[in-house]
Amino acid sequence: MSRGGPIPIDTDAPSPLITELIYRLKVRDVMTRELKTCTVEDSIRDAQQTMKENGVTGIPVVSDSRLLGIVSMDDVIRALEDGRIDQPVPHYMTRSVIVLEDDMPLSFGISYMEKYRYGRFPVLDAGKNLVGIVTSRDIIIALLLEINKEVQRFEDTTRQAETDGRGFRLEYTTRKFDFEMAGRLSTETKKLLKDRNLPPKIMRRVAVATYELEMNQVVHSVGGTVRVTFEPDNHEVKIVAQDNGPGIENVEDALDEGFSTANEWIRSLGFGAGMGLPNTRRVSDSFDISSSPEGTLVRATIHIPMEEPDAAL
Amino acid sequence: MQLSDLPAALDLSIIQDQYEDCELRGAYTSDLLSDVMANADDVDVLITIQSHKNTVAVTTLVGATVILVCNNRPVPDDMVEAARGESVGIFRSSRSQFEISGELYRLLASP
Repeated sequence: MSRGGPIPIDTDAPSPLITELIYRLKVRDVMTRELKTCTVEDSIRDAQQTMKENGVTGIPVVSDSRLLGIVSMDDVIRALEDGRIDQPVPHYMTRSVIVLEDDMPLSFGISYMEKYRYGRFPVLDAGKNLVGIVTSRDIIIALLLEINKEVQRFEDTTRQAETDGRGFRLEYTTRKFDFEMAGRLSTETKKLLKDRNLPPKIMRRVAVATYELEMNQVVHSVGGTVRVTFEPDNHEVKIVAQDNGPGIENVEDALDEGFSTANEWIRSLGFGAGMGLPNTRRVSDSFDISSSPEGTLVRATIHIPMEEPDAAL
Repeated sequence: MQLSDLPAALDLSIIQDQYEDCELRGAYTSDLLSDVMANADDVDVLITIQSHKNTVAVTTLVGATVILVCNNRPVPDDMVEAARGESVGIFRSSRSQFEISGELYRLLASP
């Protein structure tokens, strides 16, 4: 039988999401149901022809829907070497076949791939009928599709946006040390404001405030949300950053430029110099902050000069 | 002097060349991104050793167009990709921020 390489997932301690996926998915969810099979009356040559036509390297041998064995390319080669390619398949098929049950969690399938190193595993139902076949390719495709769904679900919960005429409300969820995500709110905000022809200076002030507040949550808090609301009628952009703790010990100190509790690693990324809150306050027309061990709430507002956005329209 | 004249003038290698060329107004030199956000005003080039995806975000945020990475610091692939997405150019030099800034300052000051 051809050998499938191991699937590089540690089935003992993968990430919680992958653990959930490989237990939630059953073998029947990933298996191929359209089976190419041969019978005991077929010759090795017939089996080889079927493999060639279907681009597979092994096919089950069945009688009704009972699995009797598997003929693989290796078996075909053995028959060729013996000069007996026209013999019926039972002379060369592999009889001791490792099978999976359709009700097993996918994690079993992955462990079997690791343990037995076969390229394919026939799948039987509870009545011992052959109902499918699983290759490492089937598993990878199924996992990719599921991971894609999970990522989409995650993105949906991370970002919320509402538009109302020229106005908009945008909210992003931040997570501790998730530097990849941080900055996405300010980038998107900047684009939305640009579409609305706001003065570049205003856009920049809003972007600086949102970026610093996002970074602050990523660096210092356990995570939270940052929300930007543009209210054209009130001529202002409001930014509200709320996290879930652990709070700022001394808010006055935190507003002092240069005061920082960030570690070396954060500093090596170009942040954590104690400029986040002072920068935010400097670019804001109104700024207030409250903090307790339960969390920190920052509200910053930037006024839009009345004539400018209209003039730019 | 145009932005696109920089690589030849300062002997820079070009890492990411998809950006909008413009007349070079000035540059800002800093490795501290919060400092860049606070103080880089009306500049087109950020001279830094901070080569990270976040540098691209901050560069667009302050309205600059090119990141000039000094000391031949490695530029991660995801940074190049982010820069391409935001039309931010990336140049690189083996020289330090001090040397590059000094030379560029002289170039811009000379008539």
